[in-house]
Amino acid sequence: MTQPPPVRPVSRRGLLTGGALAAGGALAGGAAIATTHPGSGQPPAAGDTTPVASVGSLVEPFHGARQAGVATEPQAHASFVALTLRSGTDRAALGRMLRLLTDDAARLTQGQPALADTEAELGMLPARLTVTFGFGPGLYRAAGVDGRRPTSVTDLPSFRIDRLQPVWSGGDLLLQICADDAITVAHTQRVLLKDSRPFATVRWVQQGFRRSPGVEPGGHTQRNLFGQLDGTANPRPGTPLDTALWVPDGPAWLRDSTTLVLRRISMNMETWDLLGRTDRELAVGRRLDTGAPLTGTAEHDEPDFAATGPDGLTVIPDFSHLTRAHVTDDRLKILRRPYNYDGVPTAAGHADSGLIFASYQADIARQFLPIQRRLADRDLLNEWTTPIGSAVFAIPPGCRPGGWIGEQVLG
Amino acid sequence: MRTTSPNAARRRSAAILAAAILTVGAAGCGSSDSPSTAQVGPSASAPANPDTGVLGIRDPWVKAADKGMTAAFGTLVNDGDSDVTVTGATTPLSPMELHEMTMKDGKMVMQAKQGGIVIKARSTHALEPGGDHLMLMNLTKPVQAGDELAFTLTFADGRTQQFRAVAKPFTGAQESYAPGHGQPMPGMSATPEMSMSPAS
Repeated sequence: MTQPPPVRPVSRRGLLTGGALAAGGALAGGAAIATTHPGSGQPPAAGDTTPVASVGSLVEPFHGARQAGVATEPQAHASFVALTLRSGTDRAALGRMLRLLTDDAARLTQGQPALADTEAELGMLPARLTVTFGFGPGLYRAAGVDGRRPTSVTDLPSFRIDRLQPVWSGGDLLLQICADDAITVAHTQRVLLKDSRPFATVRWVQQGFRRSPGVEPGGHTQRNLFGQLDGTANPRPGTPLDTALWVPDGPAWLRDSTTLVLRRISMNMETWDLLGRTDRELAVGRRLDTGAPLTGTAEHDEPDFAATGPDGLTVIPDFSHLTRAHVTDDRLKILRRPYNYDGVPTAAGHADSGLIFASYQADIARQFLPIQRRLADRDLLNEWTTPIGSAVFAIPPGCRPGGWIGEQVLG
Repeated sequence: MRTTSPNAARRRSAAILAAAILTVGAAGCGSSDSPSTAQVGPSASAPANPDTGVLGIRDPWVKAADKGMTAAFGTLVNDGDSDVTVTGATTPLSPMELHEMTMKDGKMVMQAKQGGIVIKARSTHALEPGGDHLMLMNLTKPVQAGDELAFTLTFADGRTQQFRAVAKPFTGAQESYAPGHGQPMPGMSATPEMSMSPAS
């Protein structure tokens, strides 16, 4: 994604007027910021040369017609938290819950501590924090509004490659927390879970990471732990991306919504290690260094699936991941916004690594399922990857200041 | 959900404010001996600027609770040139008292705030767990997470001001819930001292 990030620094005024009551009042909060933001209005203390927190102070908008955290340039750290609603959590309770969580998100994303934040100091460096809410099929049932569930938001058909584990699958409400700083993610998760506990229990949490900010120039395609560039074929920012992502019309609960398929893909580093570089590139159909298709020289070159080599075979094998996943129509593309995970190795030193594969699209049935069927059918990468978790969510429209996420669905 | 800002309070017209206060005052706490049930709107003796809310009330919230006691918090902002004294608070859900936390015999105890809560001119005063707070003495129904409660503050000069506060799940602010220390009877005029359990 190379879309210009709609970021702005935390406003000094916002920090000074933000609710720092749990930290002993706004004056204390303002004093702390003054030491990290010299030159932003007030004269710094003599000899104070502390630089501005260039990453930590960046802010992504929270309010808007569409939720943040989807078209947003991916942040370095993510936590995907799936909740199971308690049995008494009905439509009215969901309204109270989402008002609380929306207020937490609206404050924390703008660099202000949450209301009644017990660790207010951790809420002042948003580092491009976004909080994105997803509704699973069970939420619509619990609220008695199944008629407002986007049709494609339903359990996926099972694929022969699946080895799904319940501990990584399903969920009624998703909290997707992304920021360029792991402490910001941890604090936000803590705040949101404390406000969720009367209404829901934790079903699973998947935490992942990408390159840290500043490590690569912006707009780079991320690498997964196989070393592959991952997400090259994403729709370009602007009309192609909008076409793929957002529902353009319909009732208020549907318009400007999107959907998320979250798949936990275990990557077998041990068997991948057995492959030489040529075989690895044939499996993907792209070069490992540049990400270029095997028929090209640059990452975004169009692949030539008809080109043949001296042996008469196609240069890009029919079984390659590139061939199986390739889509040219923007209406049929998906936005891949994946995060790596890297768990604790076994005693033998075998890795627990993989991908939190996050696919966003306006319609799961139209866009995701055809690609997934082709991959499940004969993608050679299936030899080294195994889906072990799966969940689907609607990402409802955003809200204006004073509104709350889900108001079009539950209001 | 939106917090009351000093600016929002300033914009509110005096006429609307007065009408609203009378409505809520009538529906408020029935404890007739409470000093906080005054139903007096802004009078002719109010300060020169009738468009100004008495205080800004920033980030108000109340601790969710099923029954018994709970407390409301927030930051009181006095943009005026003279000190303001809060002498009472009411809500339809419970009798209320103004409380402070103080060190007594080596431990923090809660007690009634004698003389009310004073907000100095051009300053703020935090109502927070472990400090001054607005105490709800005996809930008549549960305060659920996400509920919005209406409160009315009464000031030493007889003026009143309304605000709304959202209920947050909060496990701190244990000063009212220490097991084994008993709860005061509703409507008691003297506030018994209660120890604050070590929540931190």
